[in-house]
Amino acid sequence: MKLKFVFSVLFFSSVAFNSSVQAGTLDDVKTKGHVNCGVSTGLAGFSQKDEKGNWSGLDVDVCRGVAAAVLGDASKVKYKPLTAKERFTALQSGEIDLLSRNTTWTHTRDTSLGLNFAGTIYYDGTGFMVRKNLGVKSAKELDGAAACIQAGTSTELAIADYFRQNNMKFTVVTFDTSDQTRQGLESGRCDFLTSDQSQLYALRIGLKDPSSAIVLPEVISKEPLGPVVRQGDDEWFNIVKWVVNASIEGEYQGVTSKNADDLRKNGNPGQKRLLGSEGDLGKKLGLSADWAYNVITQVGNYAESFEKNVGMDSPLKISRGLNAQWTDGGILYSPAMR
Amino acid sequence: MATKNLSEPVFYNNPGIRAVIYQILLVLGLGYFFYLIISNTITNMEARGIKSGFEFLGSTAGFDILMSLIPYDATHTYGKTFVVGLLNTILVSIIGIIFATIVGFIIGVAHFSHNWLIRKLAVIYIEIFRNIPLLLQIFFWYFAVLSTLPGARQSLSLGEAVFLNVRGLYLPNLVREDGSAVVIAAFIIGILASFIVKHWARKRQEKTGQQFPVFYTNIVLIIGLPVVTFFAMGMPFGLEYPVLRGFNYSGGITVIPELMALALSLTIYTGAFIGEAVRAGVQSVPHGQTEAARSIGMKEKQIMKLIIVPQAMRVIAPILNSEYQSLVKNSTLATAIGYPDLFTVFVGTTLNQTGQAIEIVFMTMAVYFVFNMIISVVMNLFNKKVALVSK
Repeated sequence: MKLKFVFSVLFFSSVAFNSSVQAGTLDDVKTKGHVNCGVSTGLAGFSQKDEKGNWSGLDVDVCRGVAAAVLGDASKVKYKPLTAKERFTALQSGEIDLLSRNTTWTHTRDTSLGLNFAGTIYYDGTGFMVRKNLGVKSAKELDGAAACIQAGTSTELAIADYFRQNNMKFTVVTFDTSDQTRQGLESGRCDFLTSDQSQLYALRIGLKDPSSAIVLPEVISKEPLGPVVRQGDDEWFNIVKWVVNASIEGEYQGVTSKNADDLRKNGNPGQKRLLGSEGDLGKKLGLSADWAYNVITQVGNYAESFEKNVGMDSPLKISRGLNAQWTDGGILYSPAMR
Repeated sequence: MATKNLSEPVFYNNPGIRAVIYQILLVLGLGYFFYLIISNTITNMEARGIKSGFEFLGSTAGFDILMSLIPYDATHTYGKTFVVGLLNTILVSIIGIIFATIVGFIIGVAHFSHNWLIRKLAVIYIEIFRNIPLLLQIFFWYFAVLSTLPGARQSLSLGEAVFLNVRGLYLPNLVREDGSAVVIAAFIIGILASFIVKHWARKRQEKTGQQFPVFYTNIVLIIGLPVVTFFAMGMPFGLEYPVLRGFNYSGGITVIPELMALALSLTIYTGAFIGEAVRAGVQSVPHGQTEAARSIGMKEKQIMKLIIVPQAMRVIAPILNSEYQSLVKNSTLATAIGYPDLFTVFVGTTLNQTGQAIEIVFMTMAVYFVFNMIISVVMNLFNKKVALVSK
């Protein structure tokens, strides 16, 4: 009798194991009352924690936007700082609901990791930062130099390609965190640091003497950064994708956190559709009608988020460049909100 | 018939058979447990659209590795990154085991020195390095010591042949020329001959009681013989010196600071534990043994070599086994400073680029398991050799 009991327990537990996979992330998040969001261990402008323990940044705004759309409150996010090496496993295993950690959208990652990229929030490229005293003006002069790189990034691949393509040799010193790569550059362990351009500016501010290093003009690869979700949960995938789009569309339609209340009543049809006073865009996502209104009022539209975190209102002072609306010479373009 | 039933209980009450049944049930239960885990993993991975299998080992890695003992570049495969990492792990483990043993024995024996200062230094060494976390020691050597060395152009140098800077230690490389094979052969012959001398001297001592200066003879054989051949063949070895070229020194042998920091801290940390083991071993030999040896007129050196060490080894050997195993496992802390060992390269970069977490973690676990089994087997053989043999 006892044995029979043990085996039936084992059998049913195995069934239980299997079924837990299928649960939808949306229901899960609603039940928990918060979004588990994977961010970086600290990268100025993208995801960083202040002395009070509050997270901010462009990546963090995606987490907050999703929480605002789903739960109606942008502060209902639990942040999970991850190294580049840990990030995909954390998402695959269900430890986090959403990965928003300056992650490059690549073919391999999209197709073989069981993950989906839900859009691009920042168009970036691999660049170089060198110590000024080396007198190097171009990446082409870096033959034989040593590079500090963060382990497990697409930069590792981009830099290998670049040096191979130009018949140059280099030594690669890899570290777990971007902070360690900065220390490596400072101590002279490597001649240059390579990473996404946006990160280079952030790391440069962190140097003891920011003027001791310069960012070279070359950008050697395409690095579109965006949020990532698990594959196979289309409902959740759609939500994250359209939260990103809502923020971009908000800027395009001229909807800001300041005027959203007014435009919700008095705006044009497009603005009203976005803010939920017309149509049923929210319902189709399984959300309330004011989902995008919550995103824009609580987090801001793309321009507000950009300027506050990485743009002219931030220490990074990065110009919009590629990350401007398509109407302003950039490549930001949200699919139609109808 | 009735009496037989009383004396011979039914089969399931037989303790022997019962024990076997329990064992079978346990094995079946365990087997089912593992089947459950594995089948669940496979199902879940399929459900999440994660590719599985070992095909990824054959595809191009596309990233470079700081240090490799075999030719490797970004065009090689992920399988090769496994081998590169494996060899780097073996390298740092072997360096660590050899030097930790040497340091440990010196510290252990220093405990019994007649010199007060040496005795106290040994105690202080053990207490300090045994009580500081290994990771902290690695950080200390890497970030506090080696990172503060001067840059390439201001390198510290020793006779324009050895250079030390923040990028590492640069040593001259031995270059073989014509006739070098003869010198190497002489070296090997010297080693073989020294074994023969040792064996012969022992036989002679057993037969006649006369002793032979084995140690000095063998030094002459192992070092003297190759040196004589070296000059006789017209010095067939050259030295390739490191030269400052562009950003850094090239040529010669480069020892990267990551390797130095890791090997140094593993040596110092494990050396402290081995030191304690050696002290315990020596103390386990009753003092009466030493007095008895003295009373039959043995010299201090002989007492150490023939009486104390063989008996102390019985205590030391099992501890050495677990210290060596810990050292190999501790070498995975390499990842903290970016030394490209198996853990950093394979579980770090390769895992991240391919996403094959389960396969990669499984392979790596198997490697450390096999390493430690090998250490265990070798140390058990050694243990048997030094164990007390009753005649």
